Amino acid sequence: MSWFEPKAEKAKIPPAKALWAICPKCGSHFEKAVWKKNNAICPKCNYHGRLSARERIAQVADAGTFSEVFRAVSYSDHLAFHDATGPYKAKVEATIAKSGETESIVMGTAKIDGHPVMLGVMDFAFMGGSLGTGTGERIARACEQAIAENRPLVLFSASGGARMHEGILSLMQMAKTSAAIAKLKEAGLPYISVLTDPTTGGVSASYAMLGDINVTEPKALIGFAGRRVIENTIHQKLPDDFQSAEYLEKHGFIDKIVERSELKGFLAKMLGYWGF
Amino acid sequence: MAKSAMDCVKLARDPKRPHLKDFIKLICSDFEELHGDRLVNDDRGLVGGFATIGSEKVLVLGHNKGATVEENMEANFGMANPDGYRKAMRLAKLAEKFHLPVVTFVDTPGAYPGREAEERGQAEAIAKSLEFFSRLKTPVVVVVTGEGGSGGALAIAVGDKILMMENAIYSVISPEGCAGILWRDGAKAPEAAEALKITAPDLLKLGAIDEVVKEPAGGAQKNHKAAASAVKKAILAALKALKKIPVDELIEKRYEKIRAYGNFYG
Repeated sequence: MSWFEPKAEKAKIPPAKALWAICPKCGSHFEKAVWKKNNAICPKCNYHGRLSARERIAQVADAGTFSEVFRAVSYSDHLAFHDATGPYKAKVEATIAKSGETESIVMGTAKIDGHPVMLGVMDFAFMGGSLGTGTGERIARACEQAIAENRPLVLFSASGGARMHEGILSLMQMAKTSAAIAKLKEAGLPYISVLTDPTTGGVSASYAMLGDINVTEPKALIGFAGRRVIENTIHQKLPDDFQSAEYLEKHGFIDKIVERSELKGFLAKMLGYWGF
Repeated sequence: MAKSAMDCVKLARDPKRPHLKDFIKLICSDFEELHGDRLVNDDRGLVGGFATIGSEKVLVLGHNKGATVEENMEANFGMANPDGYRKAMRLAKLAEKFHLPVVTFVDTPGAYPGREAEERGQAEAIAKSLEFFSRLKTPVVVVVTGEGGSGGALAIAVGDKILMMENAIYSVISPEGCAGILWRDGAKAPEAAEALKITAPDLLKLGAIDEVVKEPAGGAQKNHKAAASAVKKAILAALKALKKIPVDELIEKRYEKIRAYGNFYG
């Protein structure tokens, strides 16, 4: 039926989404190439957008020094969890197949301007960067390896919180990661937490807020409860900058807001001060 | 018919269920409440003080839901503020100093989601609390008595022995919250409650708790005295065992226990 032929013609015009990047903070439109070239930073409002774990590692670790560990530590479906849209297992397997990652944090040893570290970077694209048993296990192992090898720990967080598909055991990862970090600190090793956009819920309420120093990037969203939950509880409109990096710095929970281009140098400088 | 997970949720939230004040009255022969975090506030959603249970001197910490409307409002229905968690750590440090064990009573819908709570660092207070209790050099016995609501519960639920009452619940998210997100329909809470495995027997199987404390027939709300007596017995047995362990070994065992969460299968 020739009537249906023009469909193929239409498909040649790419949808707007493929061409434009829209800044989620100020709503400005940019060509995707411009957004990417600017390192996912909004040219207009300086919002520091999300990077994949691999992009971040490439920017922070010295070239060729990142050596991934614990890749075999992945999710576990302890609950045989199933929701309205199907089994958790199918969802997470699809995420693994699509992303090539096996958990929401990528962990490895690396050097930052020559300083050896244990480096972990969360990927928000992997199930919303949620904290699952595999994520918690990788962080706990990273602390233990850091202690064994006398390495500082640097973690980049990007997460909506605990992974509810893994039930209570995802909640328990908050305790597990915090306990492992307590041990790392007792061993006299530094832990720098970089909270990137967004870091909320059970991740902000565990390892992400436990850095010897906590740093972040301009305009990152950081908080415990969601804005809507709070507004519904207190029946009040919240200020626009509520739970922003700037707001947290003002209230004393962030040591410094660092521009992305200066982050690597900042990390190296702090490690240098502390003799690592 | 067997009890569903949602039946348990209802029992756990029953306003007639014994709350912190009832447990203190029925379990402790004396109790002296101490106030304030020494920073900004005295949170009413989480209270603490020194007490005597049997022949044991202990520090009691617990979420306080309140018994009257005024108390409910003042205590935010047991939803603690950062000041509450910081008070808990301050008092637990005192218990450690005087070599007294800590007993915590967990019963909260979750940490308070408010503007001031965020501004004063709700996330930081919970995180610090997890780190702090994982290394506290004195025995910690936890009893989940009603609602174990997510991070707000866990903040005072890191310890050496985790007891849980038969009809209590303990979950990463409320069944309503989970249903709203994953089912896009809050009314599907019963399905979510089932899927999340939040009842005491399920949590025992998952290794998230250590012991289930039996409740009187029909639930603790029917007989506060019998419920409290079973809890008291379980606390004293736990304290007796834990007090025998040298403190360095205790901390190491606590770490191994926390470290193992999630490694039970697969």
